[in-house]
Amino acid sequence: MSYAVKNSHQASRELIAFRIGDQEFCVNIMSVREIRGWTPATPLPHAPPYVMGVINLRGAVLPIIDLSARLGMKDAEPTARHVIIVAQVRSRVVGLLVEAVSDILTITEDNIQPVPEVSSDLEKQYARGILSIDKRMICMIELDALFLHKESEAA
Amino acid sequence: MKKKVLTVDDSRTIRNMLLVTLNNAGFETVQAEDGVEGLEVLEDANPDVIVTDINMPRLDGFGFIEGVRRNEKYRAVPILVLTTESDAEKKNRARQAGATGWIVKPFDPAKLIDAIERVTA
Amino acid sequence: MDMNEIKEIFFQECEEQLAELESGLLKLNDGDRDPETVNAVFRAVHSIKGGAGAFGLDDLVAFAHVFETTLDCVRSNRLEPTQDVLKVMLKSADVLADLTNAARDGGYVDETRSRALVKELEALANGEAPAPAAKTPEPATAAATPAPAPTDDSGFQPIPFSFDSFDDGEAVDDSRAYEISFRPRRELYTKGNEAALLLRDLSRIGEMSINCDADGLPALDKMDPEEAYFGWTIQLKTEKSEDDIRTVFEFAEWDCDLEIREAADAAPEEEVPMIPVPFDLSALDETDTAAETTSSANAAVEAVAAAETASSVSKMAAAAARVEKKEASATAASAAAAQNAAAAAAAGQTIRVDLDRVDRLINLVGELVINQAMLSQSVIENDTTGTSSINMGLEELQQLTREIQDSVMAIRAQPVKPVFQRMSRIVREVADMVGKSIRLVTEGENTEVDKTVIDKLAEPLTHMIRNAVDHGIETPEKREAAGKDPEGTIKLTAKHRSGRIVIELVDDGAGINRERVRQKAIDNDLIAADANLTDEEIDNLIFAPGFSTADKISDISGRGVGMDVVKRSIQALGGRISISSRPGHGSTFTMSLPLTLAVLDGMVVTVAGQTLVVPLTAIVETLQPEASSIHSFGANQRLISIRDSFCPLVDVGRILNFRATQANPVEGVALLVESEGGGQRALMVDAIQGQRQVVIKSLEANYTHVPGIAAATILGDGRVALILDVDAVVAASRGQSLKPEISLAATG
Repeated sequence: MSYAVKNSHQASRELIAFRIGDQEFCVNIMSVREIRGWTPATPLPHAPPYVMGVINLRGAVLPIIDLSARLGMKDAEPTARHVIIVAQVRSRVVGLLVEAVSDILTITEDNIQPVPEVSSDLEKQYARGILSIDKRMICMIELDALFLHKESEAA
Repeated sequence: MKKKVLTVDDSRTIRNMLLVTLNNAGFETVQAEDGVEGLEVLEDANPDVIVTDINMPRLDGFGFIEGVRRNEKYRAVPILVLTTESDAEKKNRARQAGATGWIVKPFDPAKLIDAIERVTA
Repeated sequence: MDMNEIKEIFFQECEEQLAELESGLLKLNDGDRDPETVNAVFRAVHSIKGGAGAFGLDDLVAFAHVFETTLDCVRSNRLEPTQDVLKVMLKSADVLADLTNAARDGGYVDETRSRALVKELEALANGEAPAPAAKTPEPATAAATPAPAPTDDSGFQPIPFSFDSFDDGEAVDDSRAYEISFRPRRELYTKGNEAALLLRDLSRIGEMSINCDADGLPALDKMDPEEAYFGWTIQLKTEKSEDDIRTVFEFAEWDCDLEIREAADAAPEEEVPMIPVPFDLSALDETDTAAETTSSANAAVEAVAAAETASSVSKMAAAAARVEKKEASATAASAAAAQNAAAAAAAGQTIRVDLDRVDRLINLVGELVINQAMLSQSVIENDTTGTSSINMGLEELQQLTREIQDSVMAIRAQPVKPVFQRMSRIVREVADMVGKSIRLVTEGENTEVDKTVIDKLAEPLTHMIRNAVDHGIETPEKREAAGKDPEGTIKLTAKHRSGRIVIELVDDGAGINRERVRQKAIDNDLIAADANLTDEEIDNLIFAPGFSTADKISDISGRGVGMDVVKRSIQALGGRISISSRPGHGSTFTMSLPLTLAVLDGMVVTVAGQTLVVPLTAIVETLQPEASSIHSFGANQRLISIRDSFCPLVDVGRILNFRATQANPVEGVALLVESEGGGQRALMVDAIQGQRQVVIKSLEANYTHVPGIAAATILGDGRVALILDVDAVVAASRGQSLKPEISLAATG
């Protein structure tokens, strides 16, 4: 379940990898607070299409982001098998809707390959790098960068 | 056997400083915010020495000292007056009321302790 | 507790004292002549000075001292507190506040201003009577004579007492022999001094032998135990100077006969016949202080000595018997604060509590309310038999929960007074700056509101007050020309009304220039050129974003665009604001704020399949529309007739984009709502589910402000329901779309 690709001289970090469609992504495990099953969200009026709504997380109101839509891919059609990754992004806690969580990875800096030239602005915005693990391509997501715009919306 | 000091001052800051100074010197400290509370606390406190301010709401230092001296039990308890005021008239009044000694604010902790040691057994 | 903590507490105390000072001065300004008011004002400055001295905040001490001196003149009736005098006092209070803040934050104060005030204060103090010494008392200066050497003409010696300041100090490098005769008078004992202790202290500075003169002692049956009968002659060999010896007696000097002579030789014999009494000083260090004597004649001496030292004995005995009193436990805040709290709690008045703890408690209670609601819901859904004991239990639980919630909310309630007091200073300063004469009248300062509301109220209020002073109230000349009192009045009031707090800001200025406002709104594309608006609606245009009527950017209130920011601040607090104005007579701002931020009484409704909560306070009545009462108007509007008047219908589902098509009013329910400054509207909802008290959950915490939505809540079924922002929805229905704000959210 857990892959370790370590260079013993470098600091390593842990990442959670997850799947959306046929692509794999990962985020820093330090940002992840918990993993939950999917529950229907209360929709928010005039919300952007990737904001599915809000749910109750032990008394706090948690916005659920359709990560697939946010990353520029197709809108998710959530089922009971979908998963919500509860993540801390700056001062906010949000829920990221993904299809499934796959692994916990431990990597070091030199495992990270640069993002390919063909990437669009969107990918450039959120992608931190690419990992090649066991013939799989896993894209590292920088959550803070992905949700930067939300800060400027604050009234 | 710790000596007990009753401090009466309406300034929170001064009360805190007295508390720290006296506790560090090994005294047990009881505090009151003004003359009225001072007299209320007096009975249970049974202090070895009293340190009091002059300017306080409800009952000022003069009234408090007089009140202490009227109480049989505390007729001879040493009372040190701690205040920024230094004019002769006020000092005289304090003495008339029954104060034992006088310390000027801001107080030098060492001198305060010394004064207390001197008037207590 | 370390010095930094004490210092922090000192600055907190300064804030309280400054508030007391201002409020007292304002009372005096209104004609209050109660001596206690004057005393309180004096004590406030005195306290600040005392504490500041302890931390070496010299500028603050210096100014406070001059201020205090002048206040002392008022206190002792040497200076009449006229309007002019109070003006100086109020300005001094402002400077004192500035100096305190500078001391706290490390800033700088306008020195020319403070120096000018110092001059004024001194003039006032000197003009009436010779003021007492303005300098803080210094230790004893040289006193060459053997007379009791006080620094001033009283019997008390101030401590600190520095040996270095004796410039004629008999610098003795070797021991001198002194002969000291010491005869206490009875007053010495009544002041709590102890001959035995004095002699003990004397013994600590050198070698000594004592002879006691007991001649004055009468027979036992004639003896007054409180009288002083003894005299002592002490031979002291010490390196210390004569003044040092006097220091030992300094407290008692006034109540005894004291003579200190340097003995030419060490011969201890004097003319006075004495009965040598071996005075065992070491005995004083033990609990038993009875002096030992060797002759029967001294038995009486012993008795009296015992009586005279009885107080010491009783104290020590008491000390031995004393039980440790309850000691406050150290808290994260500070041990002293806790101790004060314990003392204060015993007095039954107030207690200081860490705000974090209160917040945690409030959150927990909020969770409790939700939990209880969910429990009730579960039971209702699962329990078909409707067991009465369970139901009763649940009802009681609900009652209790509500009571706990109310009590907990009340903990954080604070009077608005401090905020109002700040405003009074702002009025003074701004009026000064723009050359107008304005007074601030406040009412209802003791009205209580949740602490967070108070904290966040200051900024919008400040803005409005500055606007009122700068733009609202006319110059004295203009006012006189208009037949008004040249001095303008601003009235700030607070009161509770139907579960909310209502704050009004009334000025008697020129009122809103409606033509200008209308034109500006047209220029800024806020309304159509031919739009037909009521006076009230025009007035409320000033709250629109981007609106400004200030032609110049004035120093005082910025661009004058502040009103939309003010409105947002008030709304962020869950409140509403509106304005009404009479040209020539002035304007009134009315703010209504929730008493607590955390709970809301709401009506739970369904709109387009979604559950929403509408604040009960906004709802006037509910209606069941009939086809005959619905009328179309223009392209998209519909009106409903209610008792002879027509009220616009608002399709909530459409506005919130929950449905793409228009709803049919007849198929649902209409909620008649009152919106601040917008008149009445009928909100269309699908159905009413019930009324409930809900716990408000912020959307902004993890998301952003959603237009049309005030906040969220969690219902009994565990799902999130949105709380409607009635004013925003009504505004949207007027053609002022929700969209502009949303476009931001839609990008990215």
